[in-house]
Amino acid sequence: MQLTLSGPPHFPPINTVGGIMRQVLFALIPALVAHCWFFGWGILFQLALAVGFALAFEAVMLRLRGKPLQPFISDYSAVVTAVLFALCVPPLAPWWISLTGMLFAIVIAKHLYGGLGSNLFNPTMVGLAAVIIAFPIDLSQWLAPRSLSPGLPGLAETLRAILTGQLPASLNWDTLSQATPLDALRTGVAENRMVTEIRANPIFGDFGGRGWEWIANFYLLGGLYLIWRRVISWHVPVAVLATTIIVSTPMWLLGPDVNPSPLQHIFSGALVIAAFFIATDPVSGCSTLRGKLVFGAGVALLTLAIRRFGGYPDGVAFAVLLMNMLAPLIDRLTTPRAYGHPR
Amino acid sequence: MADAERHPNPVEASDIGQRLYRFPGGLKLRHHKKMACERPLERLPTPERLYLPLKQHQGSTGELLVEVGQQVQKGQPLTRSSNDRSVPIHAPTSGTIEGLRDWPVSYPPGQLAATLVLVSDGQEQWISRNPEPNWHSLDSAEIVDRLRAGGLAGLGGAMFPTAAKLRGQWPKLHTLILNGSECEPYISCDEMLMRNHPEQVIQGGLILGHALGVEQIVIGIEDQMGAVKRAFDQVLDEVDPDQKCRVIQVSKIYPEGGERQLIQVLTGHEVPHNGLPQDLGLVCLNVATAAAACECIVEGTPIIERIVTISGPAVNQPRNLVVPLGTPIAELLAAAGGVDDDLDRLILGGPMSGLPLASDQIPIVKGSNCVLALGREHTQRQQPEMPCINCGECVRVCPASLLPQTLFKHLRAEQFEQADRLNLFDCIECGCCAHVCPSHIPLVDYYRHGKGQLRVLGMEDARASRAKARFEAREQRIEQDRAERRQKREQREQKLQQPKVAMDEVQAAIERARQRKGASSDQSDHPDTDSCS
Repeated sequence: MQLTLSGPPHFPPINTVGGIMRQVLFALIPALVAHCWFFGWGILFQLALAVGFALAFEAVMLRLRGKPLQPFISDYSAVVTAVLFALCVPPLAPWWISLTGMLFAIVIAKHLYGGLGSNLFNPTMVGLAAVIIAFPIDLSQWLAPRSLSPGLPGLAETLRAILTGQLPASLNWDTLSQATPLDALRTGVAENRMVTEIRANPIFGDFGGRGWEWIANFYLLGGLYLIWRRVISWHVPVAVLATTIIVSTPMWLLGPDVNPSPLQHIFSGALVIAAFFIATDPVSGCSTLRGKLVFGAGVALLTLAIRRFGGYPDGVAFAVLLMNMLAPLIDRLTTPRAYGHPR
Repeated sequence: MADAERHPNPVEASDIGQRLYRFPGGLKLRHHKKMACERPLERLPTPERLYLPLKQHQGSTGELLVEVGQQVQKGQPLTRSSNDRSVPIHAPTSGTIEGLRDWPVSYPPGQLAATLVLVSDGQEQWISRNPEPNWHSLDSAEIVDRLRAGGLAGLGGAMFPTAAKLRGQWPKLHTLILNGSECEPYISCDEMLMRNHPEQVIQGGLILGHALGVEQIVIGIEDQMGAVKRAFDQVLDEVDPDQKCRVIQVSKIYPEGGERQLIQVLTGHEVPHNGLPQDLGLVCLNVATAAAACECIVEGTPIIERIVTISGPAVNQPRNLVVPLGTPIAELLAAAGGVDDDLDRLILGGPMSGLPLASDQIPIVKGSNCVLALGREHTQRQQPEMPCINCGECVRVCPASLLPQTLFKHLRAEQFEQADRLNLFDCIECGCCAHVCPSHIPLVDYYRHGKGQLRVLGMEDARASRAKARFEAREQRIEQDRAERRQKREQREQKLQQPKVAMDEVQAAIERARQRKGASSDQSDHPDTDSCS
């Protein structure tokens, strides 16, 4: 009788890396559909491009590092990085945006630091920060959401725009594109207009930006699904959202003319996707439970500070990267008290 | 002062079980217990040969009392215990000692150990026993002595010598906790014991409580053990007229049956680091140990059998059996209808923390609560081991509030001292972390290895410091010698430098020489006397 002598536990673990990553992808589907509805076909091409580049870079790097392809390609981690990146760039961004983003995300942030599990920085945010800095114009050209648009570009026009970086002659950027709500707010406040006045612009919806707030709702839905399935813990999202509300509410109450409301902060830009899908990246975040709270709070504080004082309309990418730097220290300072040790 | 530091909040006896507390982490596991509880508890017939490892417990082996070829009677001691930390073994049936040989044992896994082979004569001839139904008349020391002679050790699996738990120098004890919350999936031997013999458990608790001098006995069971609760309720008034026993149901979260976790659930307090439950005024024993104590005192029967669960997805008829100690596991599997052909693992204990068995010839010992058989389809993994992705799921489930993934990273890098500083030794090896790890890292193996290495390092440190102390003592001795000699020389030189003293010295020396000469000439006058005397 040949018996296996391996240590306990004896049943296989209940999770796999690929399983967790697949759950994250499922959770993004509602927001993806909403994105498609409000901003047209662009997101689908962005997805295809980003996933394609990510997998290609992943395969090349695994080969160069002498690692087996199969288990690491099928862990879906590169796909998650790519999908989150695609959701953060404008729908008509030209193809080299994806290429550059994935180069920085997969090659530099992930594999040069040791591959899956070893990266210090969130790969998606490294890629995004790289393209924000390298292509600031392309990154600020968002389409107007469906209800405000004279007509979203069709499939062929979208494809041509992405492949050439030029809009087809039949379309005109000035009518198609629109400042994002955060951009509008920023320039408006800089011109000494009141927030209530700025918000009269139709790009603003009930809370945040029109269209944007619905996508944020679907990120929230997907995020709750991930908490329910125990893929992420509640600590980071709750810390991000609670800190945003706690910090922005008094400012808004004291100066409603110059400070946007907390709900507007939450429902515009990338705060909700960051709270549930980006700041929750396990590898580059904190692992202690109190550390996760500190990490989330830090992301929210830095985002608000960059939105208010910084040079970019939305600061989520930089906020996450800055907190990534602090994560090991936070973990160290928040080590829990072990059983039986003095309080 | 030190005492106050160690016991910032001593547990009040009356508070225990007033409300239940949560311990951090843990897992809700499917318990899979029903399958083995549906068949009635039956006795496995004594097999022809029994294999009795001399060492079945933590602590030292007793002195061997029998010889090869000797006839023994049922219940006859085969080894003798010389102190509270050594536990004797007894003959589970009457027969002949066929030999003393190396035989596969469960711990350490895959190894052989000195084992007595007893061939049964089928007579079940008892040795004369010393029953004491009126145990109230026995004093504490007498009870502990009898339990020690009866070979009592923790039957929950750890096999800790019971006498060593009952006798010691600690603060006043007020509560005996009987642990009936067997939280690992599949194991149901304690549940079957409590359903079938609740009166033995209660009476055993009362006897142990009497020996410890505690105020109360708390029996902790799981909340889904309704049948057990009813069984206890039926006999409680009759067996325990003074109402010293309470049955408390705790919620079923693995590993709340761990001693430290059960204490935390019942009292809200933690056993101090490097301390014992006794530091909180508590003693924790398994319900099966209590039932064995009852049999040992009331009927004078030593531990020669126990209830064992035979279960698992690869077992055809899962069940609980009363098994004579020393029965090879193959006999149990046969009695449970055999196992599937694709059998991959045999496990002693539960699926979360049980020991893998190398052979089905390994015998049942006092701590063997469950034999689990798993087929290949149940142990198959869907992915190879991957790098840790720091997901923190292990942190969320760790009942000792450790950082399993950080410990793993230190241990993989062989940074054993860092792991020690992160309290590796507070790990109870429950297996929760490895159970949820998406990267399929065998975390518990790493922790065991790390603890082993640290123990070796600790021993080496101790040896090195002993050698250092020896070396330093020797250096000191030599230095002292040297100093003394120097001092004497200096004194003499000082004396000689003073002219008068020097003269006296010289004079005295001449006198001495003269005297000696005189004496020797005296002797030379009578050489025979000297040689004859």
